[in-house]
Amino acid sequence: MSRGMALADARAICPDLATRPAGLAREAAALAGLRRWAGRYAPMVAADGPDGLIADITGVAHLFGSEEELRADLHARLDRAGLTAASAIAGSRGAAHALARHGGGIVTEGALAEGVGRLPVSALRIDHATAEALARVGLTRIADLTALPRAPLARRFGPGLVLRLDQVLGHQPEPVAADPDPPHFGVRMTLPEPIGLQADVMAGLARLLDRLCRMLSLHHRGARRLRLELRRVDRGTAHIEIGLARPLRDPDRIAALFVKGVQEIDAGFGIDALRLSATVTEPLAPEQIGGGVAVRGEDALADLVSRLGNRIGFDRVLRLLPADSRIPERSFLIAPAAYSAPAPEPPHRGPARPITLFPPEPVSAVSGHPPARFRWRRMDFATLRAIGPERIAPEWWLDDPAWRTGLRDYWRIETKQGPRLWLFHTPQAPGWQVQGEFA
Amino acid sequence: MRPDPFHLRPARMHEAEGSGRRAFAVFQAARHPGPLVWILPAHAPQMPMLPGLPPGIASRLHLLRPKGEIDLMWATEESLRAAPVGLVIAEPEKPLSLIAGRRLQLAAEAGQTTGLMLIREGAGSNAAETRWRCEPLATDAADSTLHRWSLIKNKKGTIGLRTLHWDGTSAAFDLVSTAGERHEPAPPPRPGAVRADLAFGQCRPPALPDP
Repeated sequence: MSRGMALADARAICPDLATRPAGLAREAAALAGLRRWAGRYAPMVAADGPDGLIADITGVAHLFGSEEELRADLHARLDRAGLTAASAIAGSRGAAHALARHGGGIVTEGALAEGVGRLPVSALRIDHATAEALARVGLTRIADLTALPRAPLARRFGPGLVLRLDQVLGHQPEPVAADPDPPHFGVRMTLPEPIGLQADVMAGLARLLDRLCRMLSLHHRGARRLRLELRRVDRGTAHIEIGLARPLRDPDRIAALFVKGVQEIDAGFGIDALRLSATVTEPLAPEQIGGGVAVRGEDALADLVSRLGNRIGFDRVLRLLPADSRIPERSFLIAPAAYSAPAPEPPHRGPARPITLFPPEPVSAVSGHPPARFRWRRMDFATLRAIGPERIAPEWWLDDPAWRTGLRDYWRIETKQGPRLWLFHTPQAPGWQVQGEFA
Repeated sequence: MRPDPFHLRPARMHEAEGSGRRAFAVFQAARHPGPLVWILPAHAPQMPMLPGLPPGIASRLHLLRPKGEIDLMWATEESLRAAPVGLVIAEPEKPLSLIAGRRLQLAAEAGQTTGLMLIREGAGSNAAETRWRCEPLATDAADSTLHRWSLIKNKKGTIGLRTLHWDGTSAAFDLVSTAGERHEPAPPPRPGAVRADLAFGQCRPPALPDP
């Protein structure tokens, strides 16, 4: 059994093989977590492929005693966490990479060529074709390569091989480039004396918001959700969470949304710590301040949506968007305004549509086809004029319970009583229903 | 130019009742520039239907569906206070009290926003600037959509009854003058003319000073 083996081959060798689909995203997340933890051993830790970490421990080993003790400490902690790991310490990044994947161990200072000489050439991070070509000419170990002259080697196998060899032997520098940590948008404040007045909390919040917004503008981001945690003297916590209709980093406008939440919290014996974090952020490019009337109007409208959304819920502040369907209910979409952009409606073609739409309501006491008289919402109607039918077939690829009755023939019925109604007849399950009202 | 008979006085709260009140609201929405807010209760079955609305409304329209009457009134007041909104349409369920009406009036003044409450019959507030009774009318002509929108309360002007043709596809309307209310001499009779139309078609929503 080996990595990269075909599943059928593996099953042939071991019929009882238990298999699980690989969770690549979760593996990457676990590795990122491990990378943060490994920061206790070195200032520079970077991911090394999908399954490895590389740390630059220059000048660190003596803090743990020696390199052996550092490595033993690492393994002991990983064992305790239930992780099986292989590790190596060497004078160059390439050598540590090669050794960690072929047994692990420590290569002492100055013995790099001897330490990695016994490893196969495939440990050099070269592609499969080069490794195979090297094996064909009888060069299987790194020690075989170090003895050879460079120029013919480069001419025959390309400069990549020589570069990798130099990197392993430490002739070519290869620094550990740790990726920057994603910025954490959180600030906190501890108070020497507990506070309890709304104005005091708002003043503290203003200071936190100033710092947070400066951090956000540094990273060209805007907050979409914010969370304020207030720690009380009795160790209890209260928290206020607000949403924003669009990414924002304007302290005054954000503070205005917190007012209601701050009014409602119970301060108890006082609050002695505040923590503010932007839990959801989105990119927000720097903008020219000032702007015209249109920009200010847009800002004010976004503020209104934020205020409304924080009280009645962002899923209740809606927008109508056009959709491509003949089915009346699906001919437009109702989307949350905070998470969608207005779209221009396409020009309407075909028969007229009512201005209001409601779920179908059956009519009773129908006479004639189209109905000459009918009764709807406890009112009697007599038809003055009927325009139609317009046949709409259900979308068979979607199973809509409301359309189980099959085809619908839509009629515009103008009644003698005034209302102009949108009725439909279902020929496959005879019956008349009202679904809309025209202007 | 004659004053526009369906001009809602800006920065005030108005009311519309009757079965054609939603048509009246859509008509007014088409005549008001700027963002529109339509507030209806979460359990209301009827929704504005995008393909049926006059062009240019849907992209400006914000639909709020608050749960409960208190949230609805709050959302209405908050939207009226917001300056960029052009027209706020709300459908309260309960009769509006004088206090509620007055608060909405003050909010409309503060935000310079026009409000239109779609109320049940007789559920209005005394604080409303105008109240309209809107009914669709049956007509004999095949291509007309007749409405009777009567102004039944007006704080700063006369009341009156207006009949008009408005087909719901644009802001343009066609006023039908009734006997005794003729604004200008009748056009010369045409052979086969069924109704006397006033040359008032294609009336753009103007920003007119109050009479």
